[in-house]
Amino acid sequence: MLILTCPNCGPRNVAEFRFGGETNPRPKDPNATSDVEWSDYLYMRKNAMGVESEWWYHRAGCGIWFLAERNTATNEVLKTYSWQPKGVNE
Amino acid sequence: MPIRLIRQALNGKNALPRMWRAHPIKDRYDVVIIGGGAHGLACAYYLARYHGLTDVAVLDKRYIGYGGSGRNTTIIRSNYLTPEGVRFYNESVKLYEDMSQELDFNVMFSQRGHLTLAHSDAAVRTMRLRTQVNQVEGVNSRLIWPDEIKRLCPWLDVSDQPRYPILAALYHPPGGIIRHDAVVWGYAHQADKRGVHIHQNCEVTGITVEHGQVTGVDTTRGHIKTGTVLNATAGWCSTISAMAGVKLPVTSVPLQANVTEPLKPFLDVVIVSGSLHVYVSQSDRGELVMGSSVDPFTSYSMAGTLSYIEEISAQILDLLPALSKVKVLRQWAGVCDMSPDFSPMMGFTPVKGFLIDVAWGTGGFKASPIAGKMLAELIATNKTPALIEPFRLSRFAEHDLVGEKGATAVGH
Repeated sequence: MLILTCPNCGPRNVAEFRFGGETNPRPKDPNATSDVEWSDYLYMRKNAMGVESEWWYHRAGCGIWFLAERNTATNEVLKTYSWQPKGVNE
Repeated sequence: MPIRLIRQALNGKNALPRMWRAHPIKDRYDVVIIGGGAHGLACAYYLARYHGLTDVAVLDKRYIGYGGSGRNTTIIRSNYLTPEGVRFYNESVKLYEDMSQELDFNVMFSQRGHLTLAHSDAAVRTMRLRTQVNQVEGVNSRLIWPDEIKRLCPWLDVSDQPRYPILAALYHPPGGIIRHDAVVWGYAHQADKRGVHIHQNCEVTGITVEHGQVTGVDTTRGHIKTGTVLNATAGWCSTISAMAGVKLPVTSVPLQANVTEPLKPFLDVVIVSGSLHVYVSQSDRGELVMGSSVDPFTSYSMAGTLSYIEEISAQILDLLPALSKVKVLRQWAGVCDMSPDFSPMMGFTPVKGFLIDVAWGTGGFKASPIAGKMLAELIATNKTPALIEPFRLSRFAEHDLVGEKGATAVGH
């Protein structure tokens, strides 16, 4: 059973959370983005086998979205941390 | 086959010849297929038998049939929702019907009928739509009501007592189950017989691309020169495509399944409930084979979870209360390559010579013969056959998706 540590509530069963997918930076200026770049942003995923950075939502707890680094090959969670406004689009 | 068996029994030697041989790896092949599952092997077989291309290597990191081909719940059907999907899977069912003859190997295809239950008005509406799309495409499907459901499967609780009562069902008589290992072995045997090299324990570590054209594959057993590479690695397809620099709209999610202890034959249809996220059939050994929807987060781990067993037990008892004392023997998981529109991706990519047969999600095994046949035709003619044209990778950039909500494990 995977245990996730919510930045607010501490270690909890993964069933309390909703998975939000890998972090996927949105193009900075949609007007200057080509159709191909935009559909890449919409659909294409790294889907890494190894450590990926991803979104989680504490659905049955405090209700925040936060970030986690998890090894998708083993489900080992390396760290979880709160979202910071500047860190995401990079 | 029977005459061969009798001869084998009388000639005094016990060992049957190997189904496929081990070859030394060559330093170049016309075609390299990555992934030794039902899809990769089917493509190799069709290339060798119908297109005269026998200089083909099938590479697998583990052993053939290790991945999804040995982990699926063996259900074959064509009662999908989109016309493109129904047409495609219907051709697959036809190939499965003749497969034992074609491969000279008994794949034990049992067309026992397939029931998709509807527990809400919305689900009944979806089933009606699916039956009508099926009928227009010439697929045998119809909507049936609780009295007929009860006749087909007396063990189902069709009263108004369950939490989600059964209102109707999509009945698909050609659907059924098959012995999935036999499909893999049959294709491997027939491809091997025609000169295809099957290399097990041969992991691909890199793909060399020069000026937008594939030139070779790096493996743990050396470099192989080739101009054509087919990625048929299902759950692991993103990792292989990344080696060629091709991005895929795929996420890998585990799908769990389990079997119970063997019981006397009592369930002679395949039962599916999209609303309850459960499907169950009885194998020839008497075990109940059941599966659920995909896990709630992406992963390449194939570990089973307790929450899966808890959920599927509750759901299956809602449908078949008589199973309350039946024990679960084992559970497992396979990695599904889920696509955003639940339809697969086949054919060309931006890299010349790098072809894909991926994003099968939860419905890959039932498509293996037709996918192999179509990709063999594509490799031999260098043109996309009309049947798989809707499933091209470029549909995402063109916003021309094929929303297949008739896929297994997709909530309606």
